[in-house]
Amino acid sequence: MNLLEIKNLTKQYGAETLALSDVNFSVKEGEFISVIGPSGAGKSTLLRCINRMIDATSGEVIFDGVNVYDLDKKELRKLRTKIGMIFQHYNLVNRLTVIENVLHGRLGYKSTLAGILGRYSEEEKRQAFEIIEILGLSHQVYKRCDQLSGGQKQRVGIARALIQNPKMLLCDEPIASLDPNVSKVIMDHLKNISTKLGITCLVNLHQVDVAMNYSDRIIGINNGKVVYNGPPNLTPEQIYMIYGSEAGELIMDLGGKNAS
Amino acid sequence: MRVEALVKRRKYSLIFFSILLVFTLASIIVTDFDVTKGFTCIPKAIVWSTKNFYPNADSLEKIPKILTKLKETVFLSVASTTVAAAFATFFALFGSHTTRINGFLSILIRGIASLFRNIPVVAWAMILLFSFGQSSLTGYFALFFVTLGFLTRAFMETIDETSKESVEALKAAGASYFQIIFQAVIPSSLPQMISWMLFMIETNIRSATLVGILTGTGIGFIFNLYYKSFQYNAASLVVVFIVITVFAIEFISNYVRRVIL
Amino acid sequence: MELNESLKSLWAEFQRQEQSAVSKKLKIRKANKASIVMNITLVSLALLTIYGFFTFDYKGVNILEAVIATITNLKPMFLEPRFNHFGLGKGLYQVVVTLGLTFLTTLIGGTIALFLGLLAAQNLSSKNVSNLIKGFVAFVRAVPTVLWVLIFAVAAGLGSVAAVIGMTFHTVGYLIKAYSESFEELDEGVIEALKASGANWWQIVFQAVIPSSVTYLLSWTFMRFEINYMNAVAMGAAAGAGGIGYELFMASGYYFDLREVGLITYFILAIAIMLEYISIKLKIKVL
Repeated sequence: MNLLEIKNLTKQYGAETLALSDVNFSVKEGEFISVIGPSGAGKSTLLRCINRMIDATSGEVIFDGVNVYDLDKKELRKLRTKIGMIFQHYNLVNRLTVIENVLHGRLGYKSTLAGILGRYSEEEKRQAFEIIEILGLSHQVYKRCDQLSGGQKQRVGIARALIQNPKMLLCDEPIASLDPNVSKVIMDHLKNISTKLGITCLVNLHQVDVAMNYSDRIIGINNGKVVYNGPPNLTPEQIYMIYGSEAGELIMDLGGKNAS
Repeated sequence: MRVEALVKRRKYSLIFFSILLVFTLASIIVTDFDVTKGFTCIPKAIVWSTKNFYPNADSLEKIPKILTKLKETVFLSVASTTVAAAFATFFALFGSHTTRINGFLSILIRGIASLFRNIPVVAWAMILLFSFGQSSLTGYFALFFVTLGFLTRAFMETIDETSKESVEALKAAGASYFQIIFQAVIPSSLPQMISWMLFMIETNIRSATLVGILTGTGIGFIFNLYYKSFQYNAASLVVVFIVITVFAIEFISNYVRRVIL
Repeated sequence: MELNESLKSLWAEFQRQEQSAVSKKLKIRKANKASIVMNITLVSLALLTIYGFFTFDYKGVNILEAVIATITNLKPMFLEPRFNHFGLGKGLYQVVVTLGLTFLTTLIGGTIALFLGLLAAQNLSSKNVSNLIKGFVAFVRAVPTVLWVLIFAVAAGLGSVAAVIGMTFHTVGYLIKAYSESFEELDEGVIEALKASGANWWQIVFQAVIPSSVTYLLSWTFMRFEINYMNAVAMGAAAGAGGIGYELFMASGYYFDLREVGLITYFILAIAIMLEYISIKLKIKVL
C-alpha cells in the first residue's frame, strides 16, 4: 500500500525560479528511500513541501490517504505529528537538556498550555527515557545539548522524531555535517528504524555510496525534476544522468572504493 | 599589474584623505571650532581639575543628598529598561522573521522601533516636558521610548540568530505557536536578551544623567546645581559616585553574563 | 526483533527502578547555575522596578492627565509642524552645524583611538600597557558624556570646543575597545612572519595590521559617527554646543512652541534614519 503519493508537485519562487517542476512518485509503507541529486536541485524543497514547511505552488501530496494541501491549520499540525523530521544542523534547542529536547516531539499531541509549561505525562517521560536508552544516550540525559558532539546531537534529533510515534521520517541531509564513522552510526539507526519499527524513511543524501548501501530505492533529482526512480544499484551512466557535469568526481570516488 | 594596483590604491587613499580634509575644514568653519583652543584647553582643564575639581572635606557633607538623587537615577534607568524590555519582547516576537505572524505587522513594528530609537533621548525629553513637566516621569518615558526602540531591534536579531532552526523543528513536529515560543524561542534567546537588558541599564544611567540636567531630576540635577553655583568640589564628588555606580553595575553585569552566556 | 526485546528488558528495568524510587516522578529538569542566575536577575530587576515606581518624584503630576495631554500635544507637534522663530535655511544650517560637531568628534576621537588601540591590542603591545589603557578607557566610559563636556567648558568656555573635546573622550573610549578587538583578531602568523623577516613595529602596523583590518575600522567608526550625532544633538540642548539641539531646547524650554519642536524632531529623525541606513549597508558590505 502506498503511504505517500506525490502528484504533479511544483514549487515556483518568484516569477523565474522553478525549484520543483511536476514531481511524481509514490512511497510504500516501510520503504527506505534516498533522494539524491546535485546541491540546489530541490531536494530540501521537496522534503519540506511534503509536510508543508514550505507550501508548494501546485500539485498534490497524499499522505496516508489524505491530501495534505486540503488540510486547515489545526489538521495540518495533527498530520505533522505523524511525520518526524530530522535536519542537517539537528535544530535542537541547545540550551535545554537532552530529555527536554526529546520531549519536544510530544508537543503536537498536547494542549497548548501543557506544552507551554512543559508538563509531560509520566508515560511520555518513560517513553522518552526508553528511546534515549535505545539510541545510546542514557549518560547524557541531563546534559545540555550544546555540550554534545555532532553525532550525539543527531541522535537526540532522531529521538525527538521517534517519540512523535511517526509513520514516516523525513531526513534532510542527516549526515552532511558528520564524519564518516559517526555517519555510519546514524545511518544504521535510521535503517533499523525502518526495518524493525516499520517506519517509512525518506532521506535526502549527498553521498551516492551511502544511498546505494542503505536504500530500498533511489530517487534522483536534477533541476527540480525527477530524473531517476528505481533500484539502488546505480550504474556510472545513471549517476552521470542525475548529477550532470558534477558527476565526474563522484564516479571516480565510487570507482576507487570498488577497486580497493 | 602590481604597480598599477599600487598606483590605484595610492589614488584612492589620496581622494579619501582629500575628502576628509575638506570635511574637516568645513566642520571647523560651521561649528566655530577654535583649533588652538581645542589643543590648549586639555592641559588647561587638567591643571584646573587638579586645583579645583576634587572632593574636599566640606563636600563630604553633601553625600546623603547625592546618594538620594543617585538612587533616583539608578531606579529610573532600571525601571525604564525592565518595562521597556517586557514590551520589546512582545514587539520582537511579532517583528522577527522567525516568529512573526503577519508580514505587514512585522514591517510596522520594525518601522516603529526604528522611529523610537532614532529620536534622541533629548528630543523625547523635550517633547514630554510639555505635559509631564519637571517630574521623574519625563525622564522615565524618554528613556523608556528609546530603550523600547533599541531593545526591540536587539531582541529581534537575537531571536533570528538563536532560534531559527529549533523553531523549524518544533513546527515540523506539530507544535503550536505559543508552544514554540515558550519551548524553543524563549529558552534559546533569554540569556542574550538579559545581556542586552544589562547593557541598556548601564547606558541608561548615563542617559538619565543627561536627561536629569534638562528636566531637573536625579543625579544630573544635583551635578548641574553644584556646577552652576561653582561648588566644584561637590560636583566632583557627584562624578565619583557616578563612576562607582557604573563600575558596580558593570561588575554585576559581567558576572551575570559570564554565568549565563 | 532485537529492538523489541531490548524495549521489553528496558521496560522491566524501568519498572524495577520505579518501585525502588522514593519519588515516582521522572525528572526532566535539573537546576543549573545559569538558570538560577537568570531567574535571580529577572526577579531582582522586577522587584527593583516596582520599588522604583514607589520612590519616584512625581511632583504631583497626574499620570493619566499627562498622558492625555501628551497625546493631544502630538497632533499639532507632528501633524502641523512649522518654523516660527527661524526659517528653513537656518534650520538646515543648524543641522549642518550638528553634523560638523559629529564629524570633528569622530575624526579626532578616531585618530587618537587608532594609536591607543594599537597599544591596547594584546598581540601588538605588552600586557601591562594594554591593561593600563583598558583601565583608563573603562573610567572614561563610566563618566557620562555631558559631564565631560561641562568639565571642559570650565577651561574652554561653553561652545563647540568644549563639546567636541568632551565628546571625543567617550569616542576614544568606545573606539579603542572596538579597534583593539579588531587588531586582536588578526592572524598571529602574519605578525610572526613579518617579525621573522626583520620588519619593525611600525612596519608591521602599517603593512599588515591596518590594511587587513581597515574595513572593520571604518565600519566601527561609522557606527560611532551615528552615536556621536545623537550626542551632538544632546550637547546642543544640554551644554550649549549649538546646532539643531540648541534650537530644540529653545523651542521646547523657552518658547513652548509645540509645532517647532515637531519640525525640529523631524529634521533630527531624518538624518538619524539616513545614518542608520548607511551604517547597515556598510555592515552588510563589510561582514
